[in-house]
Amino acid sequence: MVLHPNEILETIKMVTNENLDIRTVTMGINLLGCSHPDIDTLNRNIYDRIMRCADKLVSTTKDVQNLYGIPIINQRISVTPIAIVAESCGADDLVSVAETLDRAARDTGIDFIGGFSALVQKGMTPGDLKLINSIPQALAITKKVCSSVNVATTKAGINMDAVALMGRVIKEAAELTRDSGGLGCAKLVVFANAPEDNPFMAGAFHGVGEPDCVINVGVSGPGVVNSAVRALENPSLGDISECIKKTAFKITRMGEMVGKEVARRLNAQFGVLDLSLAPTPAVGDSVAAILEAMGLESCGTHGTTAALALLNDAVKKGGAMASSSVGGLSGAFIPVSEDEGMIKAVQRGSLTLDKLEAMTCVCSVGLDMIAVPGDTSASTISAIIADEMAIGMINKKTTAVRIIPAPGMEVGDMVEFGGLLGSAPIMPVHPFSSETFIARGGRIPAPIQSLTN
Amino acid sequence: MPSSRFVVTVIGLDRVGIVAGITRVMAEHSVNIADIRQTIMDDLFTMIMLAEVKSENFDLALFQQAMTAIGEELGVQVIVQHEDIFRFMHRI
Repeated sequence: MVLHPNEILETIKMVTNENLDIRTVTMGINLLGCSHPDIDTLNRNIYDRIMRCADKLVSTTKDVQNLYGIPIINQRISVTPIAIVAESCGADDLVSVAETLDRAARDTGIDFIGGFSALVQKGMTPGDLKLINSIPQALAITKKVCSSVNVATTKAGINMDAVALMGRVIKEAAELTRDSGGLGCAKLVVFANAPEDNPFMAGAFHGVGEPDCVINVGVSGPGVVNSAVRALENPSLGDISECIKKTAFKITRMGEMVGKEVARRLNAQFGVLDLSLAPTPAVGDSVAAILEAMGLESCGTHGTTAALALLNDAVKKGGAMASSSVGGLSGAFIPVSEDEGMIKAVQRGSLTLDKLEAMTCVCSVGLDMIAVPGDTSASTISAIIADEMAIGMINKKTTAVRIIPAPGMEVGDMVEFGGLLGSAPIMPVHPFSSETFIARGGRIPAPIQSLTN
Repeated sequence: MPSSRFVVTVIGLDRVGIVAGITRVMAEHSVNIADIRQTIMDDLFTMIMLAEVKSENFDLALFQQAMTAIGEELGVQVIVQHEDIFRFMHRI
C-alpha cells in the first residue's frame, strides 16, 4: 500500500492546527485482592499494587507518543470502586485511602486517579456510606483523586436517599475547597448507568466486570470535526452527518492503534477506545463551535438539541465502523467550563441550565462542569441531580452531574479552575424550593421496559 | 517494533539548503531514504520522505531531537512519525 502525501499532510494538519489528540490513556487496575480489615494493611496493599502495575505507564505512553507523533495529553489510573475494596475494613472513615491513591498517583507521575467511588443505585452498604461521607474531606486534601457515585440505573431505579445525601456532600466538598472556587466538586460526579470502562475523569473507575489490568483510551478531536464541517460548502444536514462520520472514523483508527501499542508494551489487555468529542478550553477545540458551524447563531438557541443529536449519532457511527472496541462513554461531551464556545453561549444568555438538561437527553454525559451560585441549597442540587438521573434511567443511557456551587459567588461571576478544567460562568438556578420532594427519600422505582413511547 | 520505517515531513518556506541539511542529519543517524516526494501546499515547501532504519539500537527520541534542531536552524518544521499511523488511520 502506497502512502499518499495528502493523507500524511491531513494527519499533520489535524494534529498541529486542529488540536487532535489522544486525550487520555487510562490504566484500569483491579484492587479486589487488596482488601484487608486493617486500614494500614489495606493502604499498603493498594499502594504496592498500583505501583506494580503502573510504574511504567507514563514512560511508555511518552515513547508511543514519540513513535507516532500524536500527542497524548493525560495518563490516568482507574481502580475498583474503593467502597467495595474497603467494605471489610474496620476504620471509621476512608480518607486515608484517598491519600494513598493520591500518593500512588504522584509517584507514578500520572495526572488523575479515579475510583474513590461507590455504586449505590439500589441501596447503601456500611462501606458505601463510609466512603460517601469521606468524599468531601478526601477531595479537599488530595490533588489527583477523583470520585464518583452511581445513584441510579435503568434496572434498579433511582436511590433518592443517596441523591439527597449527594446534595449535601457536594455542598460540603465546595465549602472545604472554598479557597479554590469549590474545586473539590470538579472532581466529583454523580452517575446514572455508569459505564465500567470509561477513561474520562472524574467518572472513571475500574468496574468489577473488567479484567485485572486494562488499558482504555480516550480520543478526542472537536477541533478536527469543527474544521471539517466548516470546510463544507453549503452542505445539507445529511452532508454534515456524513462528514462527521468520516472524520470520526479516522480519529478512532488512530486511537485504537495507539491504545493497542501502549497495552502491548505494558503487558496489559487493551480494553476500549472511548471516542468522544471532549472539548478543551483552547480556542476552536469546542463542541459548541461545531453546533454553531451547523448554522445556529449561538449554542443553546432553538435547534441546539437536534444539532447535538446529529453530531452525537454521527460520531458513534464513524467510530463503530472503525473499531470493534468502541466503548466507554463515546459521543459528545458538553462540559461548560471546558468549552470556550459553551462559556460564551452562557455569557450571551443563549445557554441555560434547562437547555443543557434537554441537550443531555441526546449526548454522552450530562450536566458537566456547571457552576451555580454558592448559596444554592443542598436540596436544589439534589433536585438537579434527580432530574438528570431520571433522564438516564428512563432513556437507558448514562447521565451524570458534575456541579459546583462556587462558595461566595453569584450569577455573573466567573470561577477559575485552571488547566483542562477551565473556567465557568455562574449559571442561575430556579429560585423555587424542592426541599419537601427531596426530603421524602426512598427509591424511584425502575421504569417499565415495555410500552415504550 | 513491528516495522522500522518512518515518515519524515518537512514543511516551511522554501530556501536553499533544506534538503541538504535534512539529509545530512539523517545520514549521521544511519537513516536511509526509501522514497522522497516534494509538493507545494498553500505556497509552502513540503517534502515527505519515507525513511528506513536498519540498525537494532536506533534511538528514535535522539533522532527526533536532531531533526527538530536542524529544522529550527533551517526555519522549517520537521516531523518524524512511524509509518503505521498513516497506514492505519485513513483506510480499512
